[in-house]
Amino acid sequence: MTTVSLTVNGQSVTADVDPRTLLVQFLRDNLRLTGTHVGCDTSQCGACVIHLNGQAVKSCTVLAVQANASVVTTIEGIAEGGELHPMQAAFREHHGLQCGYCTPGMIMSAIDIVNRKGNALDEQTIRAELEGNLCRCTGYHNIVKAVAAGAQGMAQAPMRQAAE
Amino acid sequence: MYAFEYHRPTSVKEAAGLIGQVEDPKFLAGGHTLLPTMKLRLAGPANLIDLGQIAELRGIERSGDTLAIGAMTKHAEVANAAEVKEAIPALAELAELIGDPHVRNRGTIGGSVANNDPSADYPAACLALNATIVTNRRKIAADDFFQGIFTTALEDGEIITQIVFPIPTQAAYAKFRNPASRYALVGVFVAKHADGVRVAVTGAGSNGVFRASEIEQALSGNFAAEALDGVTVSEAEMNSDIHADAAYRAHLVSVMAGRAVQTAVARG
Amino acid sequence: MTATGIGAPVRRKEDQRFVTGQGRYVDDFNRPGQTYAYFLRSPHAHATIRSIDTGPAKIMPGVVAIFTGDDLAADKIGGLICGWMIHSKDGSPMKAGPHPALAQGKVRYVGDHVAVVIAETLAQAKDAAEAIVVDYDVLPAVVDTAQATKASVQVHDVSPDNTVFNWHLGNKDETEAAFARAKHVTKIDLVNNRLVPNAIEPRAAVGEYDFGTDNYTLYTTSQNPHVARLVLSAFIGVAPEHKLRVIAPDVGGGFGSKIFIYAEETVCVWAAKKVKRPVKWTSDRSEAFLSDAHGRDHVTHAEMATDENGKIIGLRVHTTANLGAYLSTFSSSVPTYLYAPLLSGQYDIPAIYCEVDAVYTNTAPVDAYRGAGRPEATFVVERLVEKTARELGQDPAEFRRRNYITQFPHATPVIMTYDTGDYAASLDKALEIADYKNFQQRKQESARRGKLRGIGFSSYIEACGIAPSQAVGSLGAGVGLWESAEVRVNPTGSVEVLTGSHSHGQGHETTFAQLVSDRLGISIDQVSIVHGDTDKVQFGMGTYGSRSGAVGMSAIAKAIDKVIAKGKKVAAHVLEASEGDIEFKDGRFGVAGTDRSLAFGEVALQAYIAHKFSGQDLEPGLKEGAFYDPTNFTFPAGVHICEVEIDPDTGVTSIQRWTAVDDFGVIINPMIVEGQVHGGIAQGVGQALLEGAFYDQSGQLITASFNDYCMPRAIDLPSFQVGMTVTPCPSNPLGIKGCGEAGAIAAPPAVINAITDALGHEDIAMPATPQAVWRAAQKARMPMAAE
Repeated sequence: MTTVSLTVNGQSVTADVDPRTLLVQFLRDNLRLTGTHVGCDTSQCGACVIHLNGQAVKSCTVLAVQANASVVTTIEGIAEGGELHPMQAAFREHHGLQCGYCTPGMIMSAIDIVNRKGNALDEQTIRAELEGNLCRCTGYHNIVKAVAAGAQGMAQAPMRQAAE
Repeated sequence: MYAFEYHRPTSVKEAAGLIGQVEDPKFLAGGHTLLPTMKLRLAGPANLIDLGQIAELRGIERSGDTLAIGAMTKHAEVANAAEVKEAIPALAELAELIGDPHVRNRGTIGGSVANNDPSADYPAACLALNATIVTNRRKIAADDFFQGIFTTALEDGEIITQIVFPIPTQAAYAKFRNPASRYALVGVFVAKHADGVRVAVTGAGSNGVFRASEIEQALSGNFAAEALDGVTVSEAEMNSDIHADAAYRAHLVSVMAGRAVQTAVARG
Repeated sequence: MTATGIGAPVRRKEDQRFVTGQGRYVDDFNRPGQTYAYFLRSPHAHATIRSIDTGPAKIMPGVVAIFTGDDLAADKIGGLICGWMIHSKDGSPMKAGPHPALAQGKVRYVGDHVAVVIAETLAQAKDAAEAIVVDYDVLPAVVDTAQATKASVQVHDVSPDNTVFNWHLGNKDETEAAFARAKHVTKIDLVNNRLVPNAIEPRAAVGEYDFGTDNYTLYTTSQNPHVARLVLSAFIGVAPEHKLRVIAPDVGGGFGSKIFIYAEETVCVWAAKKVKRPVKWTSDRSEAFLSDAHGRDHVTHAEMATDENGKIIGLRVHTTANLGAYLSTFSSSVPTYLYAPLLSGQYDIPAIYCEVDAVYTNTAPVDAYRGAGRPEATFVVERLVEKTARELGQDPAEFRRRNYITQFPHATPVIMTYDTGDYAASLDKALEIADYKNFQQRKQESARRGKLRGIGFSSYIEACGIAPSQAVGSLGAGVGLWESAEVRVNPTGSVEVLTGSHSHGQGHETTFAQLVSDRLGISIDQVSIVHGDTDKVQFGMGTYGSRSGAVGMSAIAKAIDKVIAKGKKVAAHVLEASEGDIEFKDGRFGVAGTDRSLAFGEVALQAYIAHKFSGQDLEPGLKEGAFYDPTNFTFPAGVHICEVEIDPDTGVTSIQRWTAVDDFGVIINPMIVEGQVHGGIAQGVGQALLEGAFYDQSGQLITASFNDYCMPRAIDLPSFQVGMTVTPCPSNPLGIKGCGEAGAIAAPPAVINAITDALGHEDIAMPATPQAVWRAAQKARMPMAAE
């Protein structure tokens, strides 16, 4: 067993884990943060995307022990005081989800896109930047709309963006 | 995943020292090839040595006419670094084409080069740019480093510390993605140096990354896309799989080479 | 229309939990004392099992138990079933080979279930599975659909030539006569490529047994938990129906693949009692590729006859359908009654004859996948219609228009009676949105840039609802295909609707609440939809075949009518009026011609306190149930137009425009309906351009991960231009036709028609990968050399 200490959604966590524990397993099984999903075993679908030290990564391809001393944010950690993050609100408003399974990873990726590319995102940029996230339900049409709107929403809530 | 012991050295020296001490070790860089392989139980090292905490393996530095990139520098860092965009924009563009944004936030140049996946992008850049692969033991010219699919000049326990790229006069990378995996089905890196043109091809060759001599010759007299009109590469050495057979890959090598040259020339 | 009633684009109620990571999928459930199951799967496509030695594995760390087919047989657990009986032309029943949940003596595809290891952790279960020693006698495999009956390999003893059935539909003699007098005959050979459904949530199951009550509980990723319970109890015999609770909580997409009753959930619920602890299994993606039921896989030759006026007079079709190694739950219905009855398309074709040979191969079972049979039929009809129009030198849109059915009801030669539709209206609207009149200009502009531009039509029809029960029963279905609903009004006036439909992305919690809100005049916040739990909902048939609106909501509407009728009785007593004078309007029960009235909530309270009427006059309470069985299938139809541009140097096809005009009848929530269209198109485009499951000759699946099986990504697709036309469906009280499968049905021929238009020749198979398109483009450039 190896000891791992990290901050998840603002809370400090320390645990002894089998080194082969993936970060996503640690989040889901140890911390019961089941909003982060697993949809493949080849690091492609993006259902497991979380933020590791402020960057979007696939938590199925990171060992929990590699996240030692890191700051992790999951889908459960982005709404504040019961108010949805602008990107969450945009996905709801623009019907950017159906079954909801890929949604946490999509939203975490979308926030990362805005953090890197800014608040004015055109359709082609969004489609290209969603390269690492698969959705089988929506045909992406409304996800693209939601990301564009969420990016605008994040511009209107600069404090929220900084907090993330 | 099989069980393993985990090690987190903080210096190259410490990492290298572990090699002699533990059984069946494997270095972990960005982990975006190794961890999926381990998850599928296709690899099962007894000891995993994580290079992620070694500060000396990170960083990008330009000195004179070379650009040195630390082995543990992530693809996203290469893609976004001002020094890279300034010195070798083609390299930044290549890094931006690897995998997807999440992969680029974890994957490293050293890991990619050490793995020498036959459809990885960086080996083409190393070969075309005539890079030097620097390890904790020696310096290896790219021409000597890549020795076939998943095979390199690295010895057991040898750690890549940085890759040093000579800055070319003109260069560009054109990639035709495998629609499913996003690896290169065919990737062509063209580079014009003061002493000649080097063209490297990844994804296509049945023996991994290689230099395309037909294309180099055609471009050496005239570094322009028109110089490639009618230039074909042999399909004999091309890889063939469900996504692309040898003939199609050979064809794409010419097409991608032409597009890369166009980009390089347009950039000036 | 109210803000939350029928026709309003209400934002989804369920999304709050999904966007915050609070959805609860099967893998999110963890039961006290839970163990983990891992299935040892066959690495061979076809082999006899000489022996299985679990000894070394059983003593490994954390192992709780290891079971094989012998253990299931010892407990008299039955095999998995196929619930739709098809008879061959000669009247003989289909040849159904045994389908044990764990192999008994033989494995028949790579991924077939050999043993299950149950351990304290999943990693320990996997470790132990590697220590099981299986002695296989490897046999040659048959994988090729078209060659299956000629192979020397025999998949099942019951079928010496690997034939499951030789079935037919239509009128052979009339069709031959039509071809005899035809002016022109167009022929085509088509492969409808095998697909892997790939819902992003992999399948999962948790089985649990309570020794105190003798109750079993199964959490499972199911589109139809009641059907799962029925099959697990009545046929497989795992537990008595009244002692088995099946829960399908939030389910992450189904697309058909979660209709079926699989080996894994069967074993989990059975093993929970054996090991006296809950047993959890979650598929990883690699397992999903191997063992989820695949879709499509048809090889077809078809011919279309036209007369001197360009009128279609006959269609004959021969299809070989690959059903894989075993007959999955509804597999036999897909290439038969969900396929051939749609071969008339939107066209008035007086004579049609279709033969279908279904075959076994050493591949994963094939069953319903979004559209199920109807995409295959539409691909045949729409490719043939397009090709015929081209051969006759006619505009493909006008050729279609000339052959459209215009009078309803219309009985086709393939047992369907279309109830309503206006196909030309959809075509006109689609042509306008697609700016068809300026296509040639765009084509020339592409040509100037060295690109090939093409346009393709798909004028599709589908039969949805998959009901009425009497009709499907006569065709071989083992179950009735009605739906149930119960509307429970609480004393406070809030409402719970229990439905037999199941939502796994369709948004039932919103649309069903809209119906209730509309009918009862209460806020949708006062309505909750309960589904997916056999302990709560008495029975239901589940969600597939675009049936939840047309059939499921009609059941709710029927129960609401009963609630209103009962409410009128209550109101009559309270308001001291005669029942006949009570009107229900805008959420109030009033006495006609007076201003005396009660709000819905007041009547609900009066129904429960029962102070104003005697129990002899009226039963207290306000709760009504209904079973609804429609009078016909529903027939959604529409026109999709795809415009592509091809780079002849690389073969890359990019979709420049997508126009979809669909007639789904009455629409409850246009936002959700459009979302269904988008998703369907993406899956259809995936089939046409990207996706294909391929086995090598030894039976190894060579597209067994997302590295080799290409899923559509955002960058592969355009934004879609979606329009609607409406002819209300006369076969259900709400006028709904259904929308869930349309895109997947319409899209593949639209894409291929566009590509063949761009290339100028017809020979391109799905998926039209860059390599395939490049090669076809080469051929188009050099027509002489190509042949």
